[in-house]
Amino acid sequence: MATDIEVTSKELAIHVDPNRERLLREAEKELPLEYSAGWSDPETYFFKSGRGVSRETVEMISRMKNEPAWMLDRRIKSYDHFLSRKMPSWGADLSEINFDEMYYYIKPAREQGKTWDDVPQDIKNTFDKLGIPEAERKFLAGVSAQYESEVVYHSLREDLEKLGVIFTDMDSGLREYPEMVKRYFGTVIPYKDNKFAALNTAVWSGGSFVYVPKGVHVAIPLQAYFRINAKNAGQFERTLIIADEGSYVHYIEGCTAPIWSEDSLHSAVVELIAMKDATIRYTTVQNWSNNVYNIVTKRAVAHENATVAWIDGNLGSKITMKYPAVYLLGRGSKAEIVTAAFANQGQVQDAGGQVWHCAPETTSTITSKSVSKGNGRTSFRGWLKIYKGCVDSVSAMRCDAMLLDKECRSDTYPTIEVDEEKVALGHEATVSKIGEEELFYLMSRGLSEREAITQIVNGFIEPFTKTLPMEYAIELNRLIQMQMDGAVG
Amino acid sequence: MVAAPATNAPIHQSSSDGATLAIRDLHVNIDSREIIHGIDLTVNKGEVHAILGPNGSGKSTLAYALMGHPRYAVTSGEVELKGEDLLAMSADERSRNGLFLCFQYPTSIPGIQMGNFLRLAMKARFGDAAIKTFRKELTEKLRILKMDESYMRRYLNEGFSGGEKKKAEILQMALLKPEIAIMDETDSGLDVDAFKVVADGVNAMRGPDVGFVVITHYNRMLEYIKPDFVHVLIGGKIVKSGGPELALAVDQHGYQPILEELREQGVEIELMEEAGATYAREEPTEREHDPFRSHGLTGL
Repeated sequence: MATDIEVTSKELAIHVDPNRERLLREAEKELPLEYSAGWSDPETYFFKSGRGVSRETVEMISRMKNEPAWMLDRRIKSYDHFLSRKMPSWGADLSEINFDEMYYYIKPAREQGKTWDDVPQDIKNTFDKLGIPEAERKFLAGVSAQYESEVVYHSLREDLEKLGVIFTDMDSGLREYPEMVKRYFGTVIPYKDNKFAALNTAVWSGGSFVYVPKGVHVAIPLQAYFRINAKNAGQFERTLIIADEGSYVHYIEGCTAPIWSEDSLHSAVVELIAMKDATIRYTTVQNWSNNVYNIVTKRAVAHENATVAWIDGNLGSKITMKYPAVYLLGRGSKAEIVTAAFANQGQVQDAGGQVWHCAPETTSTITSKSVSKGNGRTSFRGWLKIYKGCVDSVSAMRCDAMLLDKECRSDTYPTIEVDEEKVALGHEATVSKIGEEELFYLMSRGLSEREAITQIVNGFIEPFTKTLPMEYAIELNRLIQMQMDGAVG
Repeated sequence: MVAAPATNAPIHQSSSDGATLAIRDLHVNIDSREIIHGIDLTVNKGEVHAILGPNGSGKSTLAYALMGHPRYAVTSGEVELKGEDLLAMSADERSRNGLFLCFQYPTSIPGIQMGNFLRLAMKARFGDAAIKTFRKELTEKLRILKMDESYMRRYLNEGFSGGEKKKAEILQMALLKPEIAIMDETDSGLDVDAFKVVADGVNAMRGPDVGFVVITHYNRMLEYIKPDFVHVLIGGKIVKSGGPELALAVDQHGYQPILEELREQGVEIELMEEAGATYAREEPTEREHDPFRSHGLTGL
């Protein structure tokens, strides 16, 4: 049964720039022909750990950060759990990850920059090339730039600071707001959650700590940018966002890495807490190079009438495993998960969304769009649980997969468990090949085959793109066009 | 090989050299089965040619083959567009060189806004310069076709009624200014009002710069769009050509007299109702049009 799913509710609708269409069109010109973030900088780091992870590595990281005892204790427990925990037996094949080859802690500079000028030249050039300072000036309320293991720069608009908004890196968060961090850290995703959450909790460094006070509406987005530079680098940022009662925040993350033949590992943990009536919108546009394992645990709790939206776009990487989750704890709370994945030659995008309805009158939508090209493989894993007593809850899950070539593959693994009868559910899944008739129709109007395919693919993921701020919609369309050129990887 | 019986051959077909569209002995297969058995047709700018024929005669096959659909294989023959080898071109090249196909069942594509699509098509045909005047031209054509601006924000043909789809086809044709326009059963699935708007749109375009091939299987279309030449296509061949009077004769007496005439002349005609009905997707019967039959050929 087809269900019409409203991808974004009214309160989450992006402010529509009247020039959006025009700017999107203009941006279609002058496209790079290859993975444009694939360069690397020379390694002139302040500190780089040896390869591999051990109890000593964990202690050393904590010591260098001058952490309180409870955090060191947590790290060690997590490390022990990481060792004892088996690799997941489901999902993508992770057997080739060599944990002993990775560098677990790389500190690029002695200190964090207060202005971009304080950031070491190579690193600053890198973020310049990625357009981060420009984006900061143009449309962001705050920026955090993480390079390898540490945030090298962060800023927050003064007016927001005055309102009590906190936006800093996680290490500074732990130093400056120890009570709050201790109270919430690891409460949404305990270290025993999974092997990679355990690893992250053991060796975490960087990431963002965000607190939005009661009733404060951060109208324009905060952005964090994550860059891996070194070969075999592991990046383990840790992000915690707390939106207090009635507040609103939109947090965006982007990520890139150089093209190396050696693998890198990005394994983040992101915890969101939306208090009563609060809204958190978390947008990811990931563009890792094809040598990055991207295994991330993202989860949110939503209290009474709160809303959490995960907007998660996955391009690039070797293997991505990521299933943003929401626990709907309070009556009337809402979850919206919109994901898009593009698996090109040699890539596996194993993604999806999870929602637990734990209160009455809760609403969730999970919408997934995936495109596979070459021998790329996409999998959708949807998890929906509605507990007994969650009456008048509504949920809709939808995943659409598009296959561009004969060798590519797409799988759907939806799991739906409903213990309450008085609920409304919708589920729909489609798989389609790019249609000969659609292609012919567009080509008969003069569009080249590549243009026609790009248009069809962009049209297919449009339900995702339209949830992005314009600048990111432009970026996503560019990235997809790049994937079409087959010059990546 | 019989094209048209010699007695009915119009004068303009004596030489196809220098013509805008010159089709010589065209054979077309679908899935290894020959549907078109040798067609000769010459169309010049300024002319309107009607192709009449019963269901399954190969009319739509001819249209698709000329536009370059990958499933329609040309096995022999030649087609020149402005002296260039049309068959060597991909569908998009054919379009950019001035050929246009007005689809019987336009495909709908979600996520692509009509306005953006038109802009891309204009850019493909005329280059960046066309973008400057696009807005103005669009407004004018929308007015002629009695279409609302809001069409431009809708997804390409998605959820369009039969009439809306046909208007959208005519709009594209008007903007892309083809030199040869093939109209495949454009009259099907239209109510009288939509039909008039579409016919007015076509008539507004008529002139020395464009040649039309109007494919239809009944005469209503030709009452509004007066053809200069009429060809009857049966069994994958053009069996008779003439002027407007031929369309009238077919309207009054059907195809039976023509078939009998051919039989007397000893010409064999392969009637392929089944194949035609399957591949060319003609309407089931003349008056039973379903304006909401919205799909294209997907899924064949």
